[in-house]
Amino acid sequence: MVELKSGRAGGMGEILDVEGPYEVAPLGRALVELAEHRPEIVGLTADMGRFSDIHPFRDAHPDRFFQVGMAEADLLLIAAGLAKTGKIAYCTSYAAFITRRALDFLIIACAHSKANVKILAGMPGLMNPYGATHQATDDIAVLRMIPDLSIIDPCDATELAQVVKAVADIEGTVYVRSLRGKVPVVFDPDEYTFEFGKAKELRTGSEVGVISSGFMTQRALVAADAATEHGVSAGVLHVPTIKPFDTEGVLRFVAGVERLVIAENHQMSGGLATLVVEALYDAGIQVPLIRIGIQHRFHEAGSQAYMEEKGGLDQTRITRAVIDGI
Amino acid sequence: MPKPMPLNTRLRTAAELRFEALELRRTILRMAADKGEGYVAQGMDIADLLAVVYYRELDYDPADPAWSGRDRFVLSIGHYSIALYAVLHRIGYIPETKLDDFGLNGADLALSTFDDQPGVEITGGSLGQGLGQAVGMALGYRLDKHPGRIICTLSDGELQEGSVWEAAMAASSHRIDNLVAVIDCNGIQADGPTVLDIEPIADKWRAFGWDTREIDGNDIEAIMAAFDQLRERDGRPKAIILRTTPGKGIPTLERRDRAHFVRVDPNEWALLSEELESNNG
Repeated sequence: MVELKSGRAGGMGEILDVEGPYEVAPLGRALVELAEHRPEIVGLTADMGRFSDIHPFRDAHPDRFFQVGMAEADLLLIAAGLAKTGKIAYCTSYAAFITRRALDFLIIACAHSKANVKILAGMPGLMNPYGATHQATDDIAVLRMIPDLSIIDPCDATELAQVVKAVADIEGTVYVRSLRGKVPVVFDPDEYTFEFGKAKELRTGSEVGVISSGFMTQRALVAADAATEHGVSAGVLHVPTIKPFDTEGVLRFVAGVERLVIAENHQMSGGLATLVVEALYDAGIQVPLIRIGIQHRFHEAGSQAYMEEKGGLDQTRITRAVIDGI
Repeated sequence: MPKPMPLNTRLRTAAELRFEALELRRTILRMAADKGEGYVAQGMDIADLLAVVYYRELDYDPADPAWSGRDRFVLSIGHYSIALYAVLHRIGYIPETKLDDFGLNGADLALSTFDDQPGVEITGGSLGQGLGQAVGMALGYRLDKHPGRIICTLSDGELQEGSVWEAAMAASSHRIDNLVAVIDCNGIQADGPTVLDIEPIADKWRAFGWDTREIDGNDIEAIMAAFDQLRERDGRPKAIILRTTPGKGIPTLERRDRAHFVRVDPNEWALLSEELESNNG
C-alpha cells in the first residue's frame, strides 16, 4: 500500500520500474541519430522541449528545430505546413494537450491531409503527476476513430528508439505514446525489432494469455514470470501498434490460450481491450477475460506509484489477474 | 528548381488585371448559376485580389501544379472555394468540364476546399487552420533557401479563431518575411454582420509585429501598390487588410442583407449576369 503523503513523483512522468537497466531520453537520442543522415527531418515543440525529451535534437540541430510556444494548435499547423514543403515534422507536447486542445487541427491539417507529421505525445494515460488536467487517460479512445492516423504505444527505451526512426518511413500522420526521462530497457536491442502493424508474441503459454501495450507490457512479463513460478502457463502478446490493429495476430494468440488478461495504460474502454473485444466478437470467439486499465473517472494528482495504485495499473493487480484470474 | 512563369500569364497593368477580375466574376457566376445558393458574394469580393495574386504576384508553372519552385497561395477560408476554383480554372489547373458540377454530389469541386485538387494547398473548411500551415510552409522554404513566398488569405470573421493569433505570434517571433497574410474584411459572417467587435484590425496585426497595410480591397491599383510596398525581406511578416464589399460588381448582391450564403431565385441569374456586364463594361 502506498502511504498518503509518503512521497512525490520520482521524475516528471517517468515510469516506476527503473530498478533495472534504463536509458535517458531515448526519444531525443534516436531522433538525433536519424536526423544526421535525413536532412528532411525537423523538430518542433510547444514549450515542452525538456519535458518531452526532444531537447537533444534541439541542441544537435538548432536550425531544424522550431519552438512554437504554448500553442498546441499552432504546433500541429506549423508541422503540417512544414510537411507540405517536403519535411518530416516531429512534434512534441503532452498527450493531453495534443488530443484535447488541438484535436481538430490533428484531424484536418494532419490526418486528413495525410501530412507527414509525427506526433510524439508525452505522458500518455496515467503518467502525469499534475492530475486530471494533464492525464490523457482517453487518448486512444479519442484518436482511434480518426481515419488515416496511425497510433503506436511502445513499451520501453529500445522500442521507443526504434519507433522514432521507423515512423519517418510510415506514410502520413503518426501518433506515438511517448516515454520520457529514465526509460526502462525491457527489450534487448539486438533481439527485438519493432514492426509497424504487427503484434509480438513475447512469451508462449497455454492457460492464460496477456495482451498488453505500452509500458504495461513490462508488467505483463513480470506477471507471466510469476505465473510460471506458480505453475500457470502464461503467454504475453505485446501490441505496440494500436492502429492499424493486428487483428490476425491477436486472434492467432487467443486461439492458443484458455483465458485472457488485457493490460493497458488507458481507460478500460475505448483502447486496447475494446479493440481486442471487437476483434473477438467479429470472429465469433468467446473467451473469459479480465481488463486491467485505468478506471473511468478523473484521477488525482500525485506520484506515479500513488496514481497507479489508485488508478488500477499496479503490478500487484496484473499479477493477481494472471495467476488467480481475479 | 527556379522555372520562371511564362510571361504571357504575367499581367502587369491594372487594366489587364481588372479584365481578369471580370473574367473571374463571370466564371464564379457561371459556377453558381442554377444552384440556387452559394458563397457568391465572397467570390465577387475577392476576385480583384485573386487577379492580382495569380496574374502578378505568384510564380507557378501552369503545366505543373506541384512544381517545387512555386510560390504558394494558401486559402484559409475554404468556403471561398468558388473563387479559388474559378482562378485555378483560368490558369489551366481545372478543366472546364468540372466547373458546371461545382458543389454537386460526387463532384471534385466541393463547396469547401480540399487539398486533393490540383493547386489547392490546404483543406480550408475548418477556419483558423490556414495561417499556421502558411507559417510552416514559410519556415520550410526558409530552411531550404527557397526564394518563394507564401500568400495566405483569411477573413475578418476568422480572426475570432484563437489559432490565428497563435500563428501570428509565431510568425513574427520567428522573423518570417516570406509570408503575406491577406485578411478579407467584408464585414459578414454566418450569423450576419461581424458578430464581435474585432476592430481595429490593422492595429492588432501591427501589435503582433506584422508590417501591415490597409486598403480598399476592390481597388486593383491599391492591391498592386500594397504588394509592392511589402516585398522587402526585412525579418517581418506582412499583412494586408482588404476592405471589400460582398457581392462586388453586382449591385443586387451588394445590396443583399444576408450575403454570407446567398439565395438566388432561378429567374435572377440572368439579371445578375446582366448587372455584372453593364457594371463593368
